[in-house]
Amino acid sequence: MIEFKDIKKSFGSKLVLDGVSHVMETGKANLIIGSSGSGKTVLQKCLVGLLEPDEGSISYDGMNFIDMTQEHRKELRQQIGMLFQGSALFDSMTVEDNVKFPLDMFTKGNNSTKQKRVNEVLERVNLEGVNKKFPSEISGGMKKRVGIARAIVLTPKYLFCDEPNSGLDPQTSMLIDKLIYEITREFNMTTIINTHDMNSVMEIGDNILYMKDGRKEWTGNSKDIIFSKNKALNEFIFASEFLQDAKNMRMLEAEGKINPNDIAH
Amino acid sequence: MIKGMMSRPENTKLYWKEFMHQCSEIGVGSLGIVSIISIFMGAVSTVQTAYQLVSPLIPLTTIAQIVRDTVILEFAPTLVCIVLAGVVGSKIASELGNMRVSEQIDALEIMGINTKTYLIMPKIAAAILMIPLLVILAMVLGIYGGRLAGTAAGILSTDTFDKGLMDNFKAYNVFFSLMKAYTFAFIISSIPAYYGYYVKGGSLEIGRSSTSSVVVSCVMILLADYVLAALLL
Repeated sequence: MIEFKDIKKSFGSKLVLDGVSHVMETGKANLIIGSSGSGKTVLQKCLVGLLEPDEGSISYDGMNFIDMTQEHRKELRQQIGMLFQGSALFDSMTVEDNVKFPLDMFTKGNNSTKQKRVNEVLERVNLEGVNKKFPSEISGGMKKRVGIARAIVLTPKYLFCDEPNSGLDPQTSMLIDKLIYEITREFNMTTIINTHDMNSVMEIGDNILYMKDGRKEWTGNSKDIIFSKNKALNEFIFASEFLQDAKNMRMLEAEGKINPNDIAH
Repeated sequence: MIKGMMSRPENTKLYWKEFMHQCSEIGVGSLGIVSIISIFMGAVSTVQTAYQLVSPLIPLTTIAQIVRDTVILEFAPTLVCIVLAGVVGSKIASELGNMRVSEQIDALEIMGINTKTYLIMPKIAAAILMIPLLVILAMVLGIYGGRLAGTAAGILSTDTFDKGLMDNFKAYNVFFSLMKAYTFAFIISSIPAYYGYYVKGGSLEIGRSSTSSVVVSCVMILLADYVLAALLL
């Protein structure tokens, strides 16, 4: 569980995070959503320590992250996996070496044990036969999966994903969402996902934090969103007429006024 | 940045691997350009010195002495390091800049790795080890190039050149040249590392920081060259 309270962060005179508080739950997909510039990436960077918040507190399962020494932070970070927006794979290494890198750096096992673990996680993310390829030789969706494999190779307790679906087609996006969700349940991780992909919100949103102008605007889950009266949230989520219709349909369905089986496909 | 580098490596074996990789990149990767520059630098020195020493009162061995001392004192350390500032410096700045922009440095930080220690220290250590070796090679090849040009142009025989090389040789000059090489090696690796590591923006900024790092490194090399000459000679 990751809990943060009253996080404030400014860049010069611009206040980017204005007292954000929330609890990210274990074993659930915790989504941070909001339009571009709402502060979700800055919040995630503050949570992992890539940026230092000006005010507020962050705790990882009761451990105060802000006051931790650098040594303690290094130890904690070995329990954190992160999938970056651009995957952030090491260009000079093959897929296999990218995934093996955290094992080489932090574990003492022999090479065959490490290799076995690499093959296990690559198989888990449905990537086989690309071990010897370089990141420049694989597709965007594959890069994301290699990024996930690298993030989970040390079986972390916390998984951060920054825009995991950006630049992917809808089908691949859904596969990535499904994979992250399954891994979260399988390893009982605290997963925090930054996204503005509406499919992700509706499909895997166990615990959603909606941010607007650096503030917490709304919290809930994917079911709550349908019935939410929050104007800003509705404008953000159901921006198009198509999505608005889909929402109305879901509401009618939930109220039992229509049967989804009656709707022609 | 230097202070941030001084931490215990997470895994000595991987750091050693990275250090050896950088030795190969900086040392072996620069062998070709250093060899070419050194041979021609020595050759041109011989021809131009002979052109200026027209008096029959000055023995021909003086040409070899002048070539030897200019190559050892100035050309091998300074000229070679200015070229290396371009070759090695731009590579370091753009490599680190690209890693910063594509979030690879952030990925390493998240893993709990001290990126300054892992990415910068091996580069500086490799430069400090390899660049003085390249400078020694440049001295040898520079003098050899001068010897070749002297005989090829019919200026002086190899025996005369060799005799001149032995006359009034001061080992201190080699020591002074190596002091310069160590100082320049630090400049060539640390300044581009700083520019690359702290780059912000995209590919345009990587290019800018790479260019700035080479310009600043060259100016610092020339400044350090003067200060060391004033202090040690």
